[in-house]
Amino acid sequence: MTEPPMQERAKPDPPGYFEGESMTRRRVFTIGAQALGGVAGAAIVLPAVGFAVAPIFHRGKERWEAVGPASDFVEDTYRQVVFTETEGIGDAGKTTAYVRKGSKELGEDPRSYIAVSNRCAHLGCPVRFVEAAGNFICPCHGGVYDFQGKRIGGPPVRPLDQFQTRVRDGQVELGPRFSVTSQLEPVRARDPGEFTGGIWEYLYPPRPSTFPAP
Amino acid sequence: MPKLRVPKIPDSVVPPPLRKPAKPGLGGTARGQAPSDLKTSPPERQTDVERLTDRAKEAPVDVLAWVDQRLAASGFLTGMLYRKVPKGTNWFYTLGSATLFAFIVQAVTGVFLAMYYTPSATQAYASIAHINNDVPLGQFVHGMHKWGASVMVILIFLHMGRTFFFGAYKYPRELNWVIGVVLLILTMTMAFTGYLLPFDQRSFWASIVGININGTGPVVGPYLSDFLRAGPELGATTLARFYAIHMLLVPGAIIALIGAHMYLVVKLGTTAPPWLKFDKPKAVIPASQLDAAGVNGSVNGHGNGASAR
Repeated sequence: MTEPPMQERAKPDPPGYFEGESMTRRRVFTIGAQALGGVAGAAIVLPAVGFAVAPIFHRGKERWEAVGPASDFVEDTYRQVVFTETEGIGDAGKTTAYVRKGSKELGEDPRSYIAVSNRCAHLGCPVRFVEAAGNFICPCHGGVYDFQGKRIGGPPVRPLDQFQTRVRDGQVELGPRFSVTSQLEPVRARDPGEFTGGIWEYLYPPRPSTFPAP
Repeated sequence: MPKLRVPKIPDSVVPPPLRKPAKPGLGGTARGQAPSDLKTSPPERQTDVERLTDRAKEAPVDVLAWVDQRLAASGFLTGMLYRKVPKGTNWFYTLGSATLFAFIVQAVTGVFLAMYYTPSATQAYASIAHINNDVPLGQFVHGMHKWGASVMVILIFLHMGRTFFFGAYKYPRELNWVIGVVLLILTMTMAFTGYLLPFDQRSFWASIVGININGTGPVVGPYLSDFLRAGPELGATTLARFYAIHMLLVPGAIIALIGAHMYLVVKLGTTAPPWLKFDKPKAVIPASQLDAAGVNGSVNGHGNGASAR
């Protein structure tokens, strides 16, 4: 093979490139095909992933359920009520709350109703209100809460959750769940095991799927 | 302990490419020649019956050869099936195969359970009760799947312990250790998602606790919980989601990774147990003789470059 002299043919520099080109044709097609493949792949994968993670950003309809006439509830003890929190799954969607009237002695509005969730703030086991002790006690890992639902013993990280309440036509109605800080200030609902208040509000950010705190 | 005798497979039924290569010096058969244990008469002295019988005997070989001519898998299979294992290989080395077997049991029983199971929050419990109480052998298959899950988790941990204590994770097998750890995580994912499926009290509360443990991770935890539950509360789609993860997503990943895991095992071979010492050299040349031969200075016999020069 005889090479023409250097003067006659402009030698591409770098090899494979010709005058005025910043890319070889081969490289243009390689990059183009890969980009096209990437777009096609993303068009399939992104909707599928979005489909799977969509529930994180979806908030359901606010739901209120009457649990009994206002005269049923007193301020010095709780009454246990069962109502539906999640629809469409039968008994598994029901949850238990302990409801009482606001107590003046504890510094609460006597016209309000307080509904404490039985979901333990440790890992979500069902707690029980023990009348004799005036405490909530969790059977799983021994969490203990006082009359207002503040943690007084065991592994729970915060007080018991509560439900929003209102009175309609003489009936007490329970609404969305919310969590409280150790000072019983309402915050957006957190899952069990997550601290509330202070810096924890950032370490365990509120989820878009929950309702704003009252 | 009496040695287990495995019956030898006659060479006549093994297609030539799959035959174990003859040991050197034993006079193996030449290429294309009938093996010595194939007792046939020359064709002209055979009766029709003999010829047909011989032909029939060759039929499985012919079929295998037909497949192999198109698949060209015999080289790979010979390399895999007759690969060398180190001296000292023992029962601990079967833990990986045992885990694989447990997985196969789970896959097979799982497929059959799926024929009767309904992944709906309102019907799941009833469908499991139907499997246990009405379907013939239903309780047995369900039991195999339920107890097999524990067996698989126990075996995978024992296999991991064997790999760790035998030092079998070291170079060049680090990548296989990493794949193994991913397989362990996927197995735990299977155990976790499978726990909810019967949808009884234990399933329900165990899943709530499990999801809440996931939620305690800072920053991403709450979103992970919402992802697992498909919402703020354990609901109708949670069960379907767990079911899809349990029988479609994770098994596919496990099968693919088991393939990669076993490819690396065959490719890299297994390690000898750590208590096995190197074979001592048969004869040691005394230092005095080395001196006599004029190899001064290299008493240890390694003969490094400096002393040889």
